[in-house]
Amino acid sequence: MTSEHAPIIEMRNIEKHFGSVIALAGVSVDVFPGECHCLLGDNGAGKSTFIKTMSGVHKPTAGEIMFEGKPMHFADPRDAISAGIATVHQHLAMIPLMSVSRNFFMGNEPVKKVGPLKLFDHDYANNVTMEEMRKMGINLRGPDQAVGTLSGGERQTVAIARAVHFGAKVLILDEPTSALGVRQTANVLATIDKVRKQGIAVVFITHNVRHALAVGDRFTVLNRGKTLGTAQRGQITPEELQDMMAGGQEMVALEGSLGGTV
Amino acid sequence: MTDTAQTPEQDERVKEISSFRKALIRPELGGICGTVIVFLFFAIFAGNSGMFNSQGVLNWSTVSAQFMIIAVGACLLMIAGEFDLSVGSMIGFAGMMIAIFSVSLGWPVWLAIILAFLICMSIGALNGYIVIKTGLPSFIVTLAFLFILRGFTIFIPQQLENRTIIGGIADAAEGDWLAPLFGGQVGGWFFEFLGERGLIEVFERGTRAGEPVVDGIPMLIIWALVLVAFGHFLLTRTQFGNWIFAAGGDAEAARNSGVPVNAVKIKMFIMTAFCATVFATCQVMEFGSAAADRGILKEFEAIIAVVIGGALLTGGYGSVIGAALGALIFGVVQQGLFFTGVESSLFRVFLGVILLLAVILNTYIRRLITGER
Repeated sequence: MTSEHAPIIEMRNIEKHFGSVIALAGVSVDVFPGECHCLLGDNGAGKSTFIKTMSGVHKPTAGEIMFEGKPMHFADPRDAISAGIATVHQHLAMIPLMSVSRNFFMGNEPVKKVGPLKLFDHDYANNVTMEEMRKMGINLRGPDQAVGTLSGGERQTVAIARAVHFGAKVLILDEPTSALGVRQTANVLATIDKVRKQGIAVVFITHNVRHALAVGDRFTVLNRGKTLGTAQRGQITPEELQDMMAGGQEMVALEGSLGGTV
Repeated sequence: MTDTAQTPEQDERVKEISSFRKALIRPELGGICGTVIVFLFFAIFAGNSGMFNSQGVLNWSTVSAQFMIIAVGACLLMIAGEFDLSVGSMIGFAGMMIAIFSVSLGWPVWLAIILAFLICMSIGALNGYIVIKTGLPSFIVTLAFLFILRGFTIFIPQQLENRTIIGGIADAAEGDWLAPLFGGQVGGWFFEFLGERGLIEVFERGTRAGEPVVDGIPMLIIWALVLVAFGHFLLTRTQFGNWIFAAGGDAEAARNSGVPVNAVKIKMFIMTAFCATVFATCQVMEFGSAAADRGILKEFEAIIAVVIGGALLTGGYGSVIGAALGALIFGVVQQGLFFTGVESSLFRVFLGVILLLAVILNTYIRRLITGER
C-alpha cells in the first residue's frame, strides 16, 4: 500500500549500549508517511530506548538513521523536533499546573516583538489552542483552563494536536493508551486515525495487541533488544503477535488457563 | 472498534463558572486577603499611633521593600522548581565584599559594588550548576553554601581587619557615581512641596526646621518596585516566563518539549543572587557599614513571603505579585506590632497564624484552578 513511497524515516541496525548493558542489538525499522507503524514489545524489550534514539534523546552506539532519505545525526531532542519528529510521552507530555494554551505552546511560544522585547503572544496562543481543541473534539472551558482538570485521554489528545500543529512529519506515541479507560482509549485511537489520514507517519508504541490491531498498518515486535520481524496488517493474528511479544514459551501455557483474554 | 468520540457541544460535567468567581480564583487571592486583614487589623489597633502618617508609612514600606527584593528572586526560583537557602548568607557576604574592596583595599565604591555583583552572581550560577550536574536537591546544595558563605563573611574581615564589622563606607561613597543608585533617595522635591503645603509633617525646630520629616523615597523602595514589575512581566508576558513555569512544573516534560530547563534554572539562581546583592548593597549604603551577621534568616523570610503569595513549594506555580503582597504583609506585621506597642515576640505568633491561613487558602484555590487532588 505504501510501496510507491519512500520511507520518511529509516532506522538501520541501530545499536545502543549503556556501559556493559546492550539495550539495542541491531534494530531496523522503517516508517512510511501516512502509516501507523506499531512497535510492540514487553517491558524491557528496548521500545523506549529505541524511540528515544529516534527522537534524538540518545545517540546510537552504532547504526544509521535516514530521515527523508538523508542520514541524520540529532544532537538533542530540539534537533529532532525541528526536523519534524515529535514525541508524545506516556506521562511526560503535559504539565498539569499550567494552562492548556501555555502547555500547547511550551517550547514553541509564539513571540510578538514590542521594541527590543520578545513577548509571549497570548491572544494568538489562546485562539489557536481553542481552534485546535475544537478540531479534535475537546470543548475547553477556556484556553486558561489548567491541564490538570482534563482527563488522561484529553491530555494525550492535546499533546497529539500540539505535535501535529507544529508540523510533525513523524509522530511517536509512547504508550498513549496504557493508563486510560476504554472510552478514553477509543478517543485516542480515533485521534491517531485522524492524524494518519493527514499523511503523518505515526509510530505507536504499545504492549496491548488489541490497541495495536485497531489502528496499525504494520507491526514490529521487539524482544530483548532485537526485532522479531515486521508484519503487514492482515498477515498476522493477535495470538501470533502476543506470542512473539512474550518470547513465545510461557505465554502459551498462561493463555490456556486465562482463556485467551490477555 | 467504533468511534465513540462524539463529544457533545457542552460537556454536562463541566460546571459553568460565574465571572465573579473566575475573577476571585487566582493565585494571589491568599495574599490579597492577608493584606486586607493585616491592614484592617492595624487600622483598628494602631490607627492613632503614627503608623499611617508619612514617617510611619515610610517605615513599614522600607521594611516591606527589603522583603520584596529578596522575595522576587526566591519566587521566580521557586516557580522554576528550586530553592536557595544561601540568600541570607549571600546578603552578609555581598555587603562584606563591598566593605572590604572599598574600605580595606581602598578601591572606588563603584568598582566594589560591580565586583560584589559579579562574585555573588557567579556563586549563584555555581549553586545552580552544582544542582543541575549532581541532581541533588537544591535544598542541600544551597544549605552548604549557607554555611560556606557565612564562614567566609566572618573569616575574611577577621583576617584583614581583625574585626567583623567594617564601617566608613559612607565616607568612601562620597561623590561616587554608582552608590546613590542604591543608597540615595528620589522625589525630595515632591516631599518638600507637600511639606510647604502642610500636607505632611515638617520639623518644627532644630537645624532642619521647616524641612519635611520625610525627605525622599529611598532607592530601596524603587528597586523593590522595579524588581516586582520586572519579575511579574518576565513571568507572565514573555517566552522565558513560560519556560520558568515549565521547568518547575515538570522538568522532564519541559525538556521533551525543547525547553532549555538547565539554563532556565541556572539563570534563576543567578537572579536570586542578584536580588540578594541588591538588598545587601542598599543596606550597606544605608548603614555605612557591613557586619558579618547581616542577613541571617532572610532566606526563610523570603520563602515565607513567596508561599504566603500563593507559590507552590514544589514549583511550577506562583505569582510575583503574590510574593510582593506576602512581603508587604511581613513588613507591615513586623513594624505594626512595634507601633501598637505589643510585645514583639507576638510578631512571630501573628506571622505564623497568617502564614498558616494564607497557605490553607492558597492550597484550596490552587486545587480549584489546577484540578489537583
